[in-house]
Amino acid sequence: MSGTRVYPDEPSGPFPSPPSTFEDGEGRTIEVRAPDSFEEVIDDVVEMYDAFDPTDRAQGIPPTGEERIRGWLETIADESINVVARHDGNVVGHAMLVPDADDPPSMDGEGDDADGPGPGDIEWELAIFVLQEYQRAGIGTVLLEQLLGHASDVGITRVWLTVERWNKPAIALYKRVGFETTGGESFEQEMAILLD
Amino acid sequence: MDVLMGLGGSDESIKTLRRTIERTREVDDDLTVAILEKPESKRSQEEMREQAEELLDGTDIDADIVELEGDPGSALVDYAEQGEFDQLVIGGGTLSPMGKIQLGPITEFVLLNAPTTVKLVR
Repeated sequence: MSGTRVYPDEPSGPFPSPPSTFEDGEGRTIEVRAPDSFEEVIDDVVEMYDAFDPTDRAQGIPPTGEERIRGWLETIADESINVVARHDGNVVGHAMLVPDADDPPSMDGEGDDADGPGPGDIEWELAIFVLQEYQRAGIGTVLLEQLLGHASDVGITRVWLTVERWNKPAIALYKRVGFETTGGESFEQEMAILLD
Repeated sequence: MDVLMGLGGSDESIKTLRRTIERTREVDDDLTVAILEKPESKRSQEEMREQAEELLDGTDIDADIVELEGDPGSALVDYAEQGEFDQLVIGGGTLSPMGKIQLGPITEFVLLNAPTTVKLVR
C-alpha cells in the first residue's frame, strides 16, 4: 500500500502552529496545544472519547468503553503526532497523525540519513474527532490547520486519510485546507495532502 | 449449506481461508474455493491454489477449487449466480495504521451485487 498513493503536485500551507487560543462560533474560549508527549494528555483524551457519541464513529474508531479506547490509543500513541483542543480544561477535540511505516521513524532525523527514515520519508494517516456538543463551531477547521502546521514543523510532508464517502461536510473541510482525492475509492474516499 | 469463498492473494485472504475451513469442518458445509485473478496481489493464482490445497489436505473436507479469470468482484458474483450457493464468503477488510476498517472496491462490488448472503470474515 505504501508508496502507491498519489499526492497533489503542489504543496499546501503554510499552516498556523500550536499553541493558540481562539473563540469558537458559540463564543467559547478554545485552547489548542501540541503536547510534548502523548502520556501527558492520554487520560483527558480517553475521557473525551468515552463521552463521544458512538453514532458518529467512522470505520470502527473510536472504539467504545474506556478500556478499549485506552488500548486503541496506547497502540498508536508511541509515534503519533497529536494536537488537542480544550474548553474549561476538558479535551473537546483531538487530531492525530500515525505513521504508515512498519519501522517507526526517528523524530529527530531530518530525513535521508543512516539512522533510518525521518518524518519526511514516510506517509502519515490523519484522523480528527470533535465532541458532538462542540461541532459546527469552527473547532475542527482550527484543529486540522494546527495539526498540519505542527506536522510541517517536525518535517512531515505526506499526509493521507480516508473518510466515508457520504460524509460530505468532512470531505468539503479536507478539500478546503488542500486535501485532494486520490484514486482509492470504495465505501471510503481516500484523500492526500502535500506539506511544505 | 453450500458455501462459495472468494480467495485473493493477500494475507487477509489466507486468514479468511483458515477461518472458513475451520467453520466448514464444524458445521459440515460444502465448500467451493474460487481463486480470483488479481495480478497486483502478493501471490499468484497458482500459489494460492497450492496454499488452499495444503490447508485442505489435513482435513476431511472435499472442497472444489476453481480459478476465475477477469475482474475479481464481477467474476465471483457471476460464479455465485450460476451455481447453487447459499452463502458467499470474502475477507472482511484491512486495518489502517490508525485502526480504521477499510473495505476495498472488490468487497463493495460483491456486497452490492451478490444474489446470496455475504459473509465478511474479520
